[in-house]
Amino acid sequence: MNTPMLTAVTVFALALLIGFAVISKVPATLHTPLMSATNAVHGIVLIGAMLVASSADDALGYAIAFAAVAFGAANVVGGYAVSDRMLHMFRAPTRGEEEEAKR
Amino acid sequence: MNVIEEAARYALLGAAVCFAVGLHLMKSPATARRGNLLSAWAMAGAVAATLTVIVARGTVTGTGWIVLATGAALGAFTGLRLARRVRMTAVPQLVSLFNAVGGGAAVLLAIGHLLDGDAGVRAALPGGLDIVIGAVTFSGSLIASGKLQGIVPSRPLVFKGARAVTLLCAGSAVAGVLWLSAAPADPAPLLLALGAGLAFGVAVVLPIGGADMPVVISLLNACTGIAVAMAGFVLDEQTLVIAGALVGASGAILTKLMADAMNRSIMSIILGGFGTGDEPVLAGPAGPVRSVTAEDVAIQLAYASRVIVVPGYGLAAARGQQELAQLTRLLEERGVAVDFAIHPVAGRMPGHMNVLLAEVDVPYPRMKELEEANAVLQQADVALVVGANDVTNPAARRPGNALSGMPILDVDAARQIVVVKRSMGHGYAGMDNELFADPKTGMLFADARTALAAIAAAVRTFSGPKR
Repeated sequence: MNTPMLTAVTVFALALLIGFAVISKVPATLHTPLMSATNAVHGIVLIGAMLVASSADDALGYAIAFAAVAFGAANVVGGYAVSDRMLHMFRAPTRGEEEEAKR
Repeated sequence: MNVIEEAARYALLGAAVCFAVGLHLMKSPATARRGNLLSAWAMAGAVAATLTVIVARGTVTGTGWIVLATGAALGAFTGLRLARRVRMTAVPQLVSLFNAVGGGAAVLLAIGHLLDGDAGVRAALPGGLDIVIGAVTFSGSLIASGKLQGIVPSRPLVFKGARAVTLLCAGSAVAGVLWLSAAPADPAPLLLALGAGLAFGVAVVLPIGGADMPVVISLLNACTGIAVAMAGFVLDEQTLVIAGALVGASGAILTKLMADAMNRSIMSIILGGFGTGDEPVLAGPAGPVRSVTAEDVAIQLAYASRVIVVPGYGLAAARGQQELAQLTRLLEERGVAVDFAIHPVAGRMPGHMNVLLAEVDVPYPRMKELEEANAVLQQADVALVVGANDVTNPAARRPGNALSGMPILDVDAARQIVVVKRSMGHGYAGMDNELFADPKTGMLFADARTALAAIAAAVRTFSGPKR
């Protein structure tokens, strides 16, 4: 095993740990927006697709790059948009309701 | 590495940090939206940085630019349209669809990179894993999405020799990855790994029933993350590795939570062929049950001081959320405190029911998680169960049956119980619900939407003094 690979695996392992630490604090109420937000995060694959597209120079390469970029872009834009739509719906009680609940 | 590439690397690292911080902000509904926006801006930054790099490298051909621009525009347009239009009940299939395209993109870029030939041996093993995991996610998520949408039958599809086919696919996938590590630029092992992965995804998800979908979606979400991390190994892009690992961790946690909440092992769900899901099997009553009318229920609710609603997927299936919200508002106007007890598997994906209630304006502090709900259920004057079944069955507390050990909502602790249900049909475990025969329980046999509207109408007629 060579150094760049080892570095990448180290980064992977540490990022997994951060993921476990951060995600375990998310309340069950938000699990659907959480999943759709992480969905958008894996849309980062878009930049990989862009890099592959940048070195494509034949028909097959272009076809693969086109599909990969389209998939990645749909993933990113759709993922963030639907998460935002859902999170917008989660509202705190208004002041009046708060008092109502206390009575 | 020139200055631009180096600056871009730092920008990408910054984006990865923002993804983690964005997810951290989802610890509370008050900050979650900001977290998502932070993550989105970081993503935009990452794309801009990458764009700068490929412009600076100058390797993109004219056709390449057209391909990039049209691909990105088409993808972004479709993604946005789907996200804007989707009904909240259909979010699970959309999330599943996004899992599919994410996994698909990871597969494609690995193929593109390996076929390019200059990838080298180092990229071969992660490349192979990327292709297999990504392909499984792609086909598996499409089937899952189809099942949720009703395009593919949601009952478990099992045929003779299915297990053998699944095993064969898995074996071929492993062989493909190993072969590919030996011959990285050879299209033959690449196609073997791809084909085997795609077939495996279909073979694994087809036999899984609709009600197991929360686990399946979470698992596929984790797989997409891992595939993207592998793509990061292939391209030597740490940001993909970090982002992929974050998603993988999230998917893994949710998978575990969902499997625990269903009292099933992840393995038994994957092996499938159990759990028909939505279609209730008609069966005779377990014991004498007390049938009540909407007017009876309205009186119980209107003169209670604390009501806890237990919504299940039946509520969403009947599209009764709006009616439930109206009833809640009427009761609150009368001074009744109304809370919602939400079991983790109440919807079709983790936290789905919470989104459905948020959509009809239920404030999130009223949504109680399992443990929180069980702590307050004994103080409830009335527990109103709408479209939920197995998650309320007290039999789960006893050993020796299909539900034993499953975490349930202690609805039987409430002073009075009302169950709105279409029939005495069984839930997904195929068992009689002992709660229905409880002397405290009144059964209102009706479709959730019609029943809730009728109860609300009856509550409106009371001119009695507000408390």
